[in-house]
Amino acid sequence: MGMGGKFRMKAKREVRVAALLLLCSFLLPPLPTGRIALSNPFMGFGPGLAHSSSRAVNVLGLWSGSELRDFQNVVAPWEKETGYSMAFVSTRDLNAVLTTRLAAGDPPEVSILPNPGFMHELADRGKLVPLDTVLDMNRIRRNYASSWLDLGTHGEKLYAIFYKATSKGTIWYSPKNFRAKGYSVPKTWEEMLELSDRIVSQGGTPWVIAAESGAATGWPLTDWIEIIVLNTSGPDIYDRWIAHEIPWTAPAIRRGFETLGRIVHTPKYVYGGPTGVLATNFINGAYVPFTKPPGAYMNYLGGFAQTFIKRDYPNFRPGEDYAFFPFPPIEPGYASGLTGGADVIVLTKDTPGARSLIQYLSTAKAQELWAKKGGFIASNKNVKLDAYPDVIARQMAFQLANVRVFRFDGSDLMPAKLGDAFFKATLEYVNKPSELDKILQSVEEVAVDAYGKGRGR
Amino acid sequence: MGSALFFLTVYLIYPILNTAYISFLGKGSKEFTGLSNYWYVFTNADMLAALKNNLLWLVLFTSITVGLGLVIAFLTDRVRYEAGAKALIFLPMAISFVAASVIWRFMFEFRPAGVPQIGLLNAAMDSLPGLEPVAWLVNPRVNNFALIGVGIWVWTGFCMVILSAGLKGIPIGILEAARIDGASEWRIFWNIIVPMMRNTILVVATTMVIIVLKVFDIVYVMTNGNLGTEVIANRMYKEMFNYHHFGRASAIAVILLLAVIPAIVFNLRRFRAQETMQ
Repeated sequence: MGMGGKFRMKAKREVRVAALLLLCSFLLPPLPTGRIALSNPFMGFGPGLAHSSSRAVNVLGLWSGSELRDFQNVVAPWEKETGYSMAFVSTRDLNAVLTTRLAAGDPPEVSILPNPGFMHELADRGKLVPLDTVLDMNRIRRNYASSWLDLGTHGEKLYAIFYKATSKGTIWYSPKNFRAKGYSVPKTWEEMLELSDRIVSQGGTPWVIAAESGAATGWPLTDWIEIIVLNTSGPDIYDRWIAHEIPWTAPAIRRGFETLGRIVHTPKYVYGGPTGVLATNFINGAYVPFTKPPGAYMNYLGGFAQTFIKRDYPNFRPGEDYAFFPFPPIEPGYASGLTGGADVIVLTKDTPGARSLIQYLSTAKAQELWAKKGGFIASNKNVKLDAYPDVIARQMAFQLANVRVFRFDGSDLMPAKLGDAFFKATLEYVNKPSELDKILQSVEEVAVDAYGKGRGR
Repeated sequence: MGSALFFLTVYLIYPILNTAYISFLGKGSKEFTGLSNYWYVFTNADMLAALKNNLLWLVLFTSITVGLGLVIAFLTDRVRYEAGAKALIFLPMAISFVAASVIWRFMFEFRPAGVPQIGLLNAAMDSLPGLEPVAWLVNPRVNNFALIGVGIWVWTGFCMVILSAGLKGIPIGILEAARIDGASEWRIFWNIIVPMMRNTILVVATTMVIIVLKVFDIVYVMTNGNLGTEVIANRMYKEMFNYHHFGRASAIAVILLLAVIPAIVFNLRRFRAQETMQ
């Protein structure tokens, strides 16, 4: 699931079921058009039904609440300029809703997927419209780093624009608490462990690791393992791991788990110990370093953690009360590999309005509008750093723009089934580290099953 | 009759036959794969765990909802505040399972020892000396029981209402005669009420069996089957909507249907027997 998508998806599971109910509403007979429709009680119930004029472009995505408002703010100038309007259908269960609508022959024009794994699957099934002819490719190449374009390419064709990017190389801490105890930001993995020992010896808890996320519980742990693998074995092994060219039982992957275990299973290292890891919700965990006294000193969580911190501590000064330091290098040879992700915009139905919208969204101007509001790091490299509202957002944008080795969140690239098995494996490893061999073996079996049947990649 | 048959065919018979057909096809329903989906269902470790858990649900959920429902129906039968007490116990039925699961997630909320607890159960544990907070949904020793407990909380009221109606159908004269003969209430319960209500109890129990085999919402919302809490219906949802493996999802659906059929047949037979008696 999408890095962004993952946490959103899981924030409220009940909404997924609401999405199922919404699906049922699609089974209703089509509404009469014209004046009668205005009095129809179903008007406004499903956005898909509400706007049926041909000037409306249907968009399916995960965003709701303030994120959706920010996105609507981005789209507003386009609506004004072109006379089109956007009808956004918000769902927490995007895969299920999109699968069903595609099967019913009624796809939305534009879909915003949480991860490129699903994009490849859809492109493979011929459900996506290639963007090479829709977008001005010369302009696109000037605006996007080639790593983003590679990620959006299936076969020889570009199918996706990456939109809202996230760094997953951020360890959150309170500079105030660090200063009060005389701690300094660690520059290497070893220094980070030394700092952890020092915090323990002074009666504190160095880490909070919060893996609970409803149906997607475990993804914060897979984020750990991914960045560890990238920084211990390098991008080449990382790619081969994601493509399942090396087995899950390979030493590099084993080392990824064990390196995480070095933190999770060291007594007094983690808030609540292994049980705390499994039972603490990742959003609640984001607050733990900022309680008084601090429940922990460091939290490794994607860049979106800033949104949670800002929401619960509106008076915090960025850089003073909260900040992040980059995930430290582990093996000198593979220093500063960065993982991350982005929302993926694809064209699921080719209409002039949809083409116009996707062209607009790919521009730096459209992305700057959201960047200014916060909680958004642009994938378009021509978005200026001073568009961002605070120093933390600028640092993250800088980190993403200047990275040497960048890799997309691995569990997002795997087939859903394997991603799920990976989530589950991390939970079981936290629970029973002695069974690591067995756990990796069972993920390997799922991987053989998932890739063996041919995913066309 | 004609239209009834039409709707049955379109909404029931056709989907069942089609599901059975798809269960013999591969992931994208393109190629015939024989029994391989069924083979998967009965050999895959996750599926086996789900089958085992469903068995646990079947035994505990059915016996406790029916047993507790019967006891409550009996106990509240002759108290003044009967209506109020029953209404309270029946109330959870009015809440959707998803909402109930969300409520119970708060009840089970866990914070590490030493941090103020916000979950009711762990706050209670915390206030008692010598007890540590328990991660109810995480600890594999208790998590299945925690989930089953939520199901029992929701469904006991339903059993109670039906059983209470059955209880009221027992002629008061029989009970009074027993009391005059000096039978204890315990004896009346076991030797008169339970045998006379046998049919009602069996119908309620089979209904619970059908419900428990389909259990999904509670598990999906609270743990999503993690850490050893998987159940069959959640597995079906995952295969269908997350993994898009229509063949396996259909095979699980067919197996669920087959598992429910004996309970349905039993229920219908009872129902018919009762009809002819009257």
